[in-house]
Amino acid sequence: MSHLAWIFVSTLLVNNFTLVMFLGLCSFFGVTAKIETAWRLGLANTFVLLLTAIGAWTLNNYVLTRTPFLRTIAFIVVIASGVQVVEMAVKKYFPILFRQLGIFLPLITTNCAILGLALFQTARHYTLVESLVFAIGAGLGLTLALSLMASIRERIEVADVPVVARRMGLVLVVASCLSMAFMGFAGMGSAP
Amino acid sequence: MTPTTIAAADAPDFVPGAPPPATLVADIWRGISRENPILVQFLGMCPTMAVTNTLANGIAMGLATLFVLVGSGLIVALFSKYIAHEVRITSYILIIATFVTLADMILAATFPEISRALGPFMPLIVANCLLLGRAEAFAAKVGPVRAVADGLGMGLGFTASLALLSTIREVLGRGSLLDHDLFGPRFEPWVFMVMPPGGFFTLGLALLGLAFIIELRKRRAGRIA
Amino acid sequence: MTVTHQHGAPAMAAPGKGTPAWRLLVTLAVAGALSGWLVATVYDLTLPAVRRHAAARLEGAVREVLHAPVRWDTLYLVHDALTRTAPAGDLDQTPKAYVGYDADGRRLGVAITAAEPGFQELVTLMIGFDPATGTLIGFTVVEEKETPGLGDKIERDSAFTGQFAGRVPPLTGVKGHAGTTPSEVQTITGATISSRAVIRIINHAIERWRPLLDTWDRGGSS
Repeated sequence: MSHLAWIFVSTLLVNNFTLVMFLGLCSFFGVTAKIETAWRLGLANTFVLLLTAIGAWTLNNYVLTRTPFLRTIAFIVVIASGVQVVEMAVKKYFPILFRQLGIFLPLITTNCAILGLALFQTARHYTLVESLVFAIGAGLGLTLALSLMASIRERIEVADVPVVARRMGLVLVVASCLSMAFMGFAGMGSAP
Repeated sequence: MTPTTIAAADAPDFVPGAPPPATLVADIWRGISRENPILVQFLGMCPTMAVTNTLANGIAMGLATLFVLVGSGLIVALFSKYIAHEVRITSYILIIATFVTLADMILAATFPEISRALGPFMPLIVANCLLLGRAEAFAAKVGPVRAVADGLGMGLGFTASLALLSTIREVLGRGSLLDHDLFGPRFEPWVFMVMPPGGFFTLGLALLGLAFIIELRKRRAGRIA
Repeated sequence: MTVTHQHGAPAMAAPGKGTPAWRLLVTLAVAGALSGWLVATVYDLTLPAVRRHAAARLEGAVREVLHAPVRWDTLYLVHDALTRTAPAGDLDQTPKAYVGYDADGRRLGVAITAAEPGFQELVTLMIGFDPATGTLIGFTVVEEKETPGLGDKIERDSAFTGQFAGRVPPLTGVKGHAGTTPSEVQTITGATISSRAVIRIINHAIERWRPLLDTWDRGGSS
């Protein structure tokens, strides 16, 4: 499988950002009560991830070349500012989406998936094209995981669940089942 | 004569929304029990699942987060007076990121094996909502001593939860604890436990157990009352 | 007494008042400068230790793979040719080969690093190869994240790792029985994909490096 295709398939399925790499869990458990909000947030995250991939690549290759130890600080400050900009843009051009997402838009800043993408991309020394493919795979993987969890949670809401298992306990066991299902993708893309 | 209410003008140091006063021990204990970051507040999930595959990794992550909590809490409490409201979030993030970078560098220099095992999850401590949350809701509104106590409590609570989860995962999933083999060569480890689904499952079990205990207590209290 | 302040509690700037822009910038600039200074200082303090650890790891891997050489030379791959001079720029990214010599000055072999996707993520190996005889000396796993208990046997199963000594690449994997020719190795039961990944990585690495090393041996580069 070509290298770019492997990056995409691996990030989307085999090493899914949420269910295998444990990134973006705050929104995974926080926003998945309704499926409409879930996939919209997933797409907003994908957009921010693409911007982050470009920003991180630029920082790594042009700004941080002599001061690699400032990487974490530089990344998070750029992410915080980027999310601020995206927030203002969404508020102006998509006001309905802005109201729907509410507090979760600024919370994208502390979404480990965004910073995690930048850090993984750096550790693997990806080129710009590889980083973009990585970001698309990660964002779509996030959206996939969010949508799956939201659809299941909507069903659980109307089911008869014992008091002890309500809310987080059951949600986590469901997440573990989803993660187990995704383990079935392991080995995909490696040559026979 | 003790007035029962105090007008704002009489208490010029009153900070609106400040946490209610408490002893330092109470501040520390709160982070471990009633407001435990993982088991009660559900903050800091990402490192929880990823690094709890062995006890050593779990404790290392917990202690690193404790260091950042205490350090950032102290600095935020000391300087919040000088930080303008509009830039406070960015400043807190900067302070937290600085301490995380320091922790990462110190760990890489002193325990390289653990540093490699934790990998990118060390710098990811920055994205742990717990840190920004404590800085904004607590450390900015109290004095440095209380902020340090709160950071200590939250850090200890975080480490304790991570230790609990990692112990379960390592004992069942590898048959060892801190790399000491527990059950001998005939033990067939439950590999599921050290893989990603095991992380979710262990935390889910812990929460179910906790909910069960709370429910039992409630019923017992209901019966006695 | 119901005063609700804590001693030392600082009063916050009231929101909505609008602090002047210059004060915001000054705050951020000072915070940024202090943070940068602190991080740079600790970086300088910890850099020697970090370098030492990385060198020790590399040394351990090269020693294991070339069977305890007394010394080794580092060759850098620059513009498709091997050279002894380190190129300018990021040394981490330049592919390197380590040529090991024993106490008598005889060349033991060459150690090269290679990485490719395995079952779960990238598997990184250091491979020991003797270009003179065209045989493998062995390999060691630098980094792997395969399934614990199954795939990670490529690192822990000495029966698997030991059979590579003296094999002639390109290798093929066989299941269920030991290799019959010098180019066959037996894959691990239950970890076929991880084993095949190791074989594939070794084959591709030798394929890539053998012509370069042959050119080098013939004196093709300085």
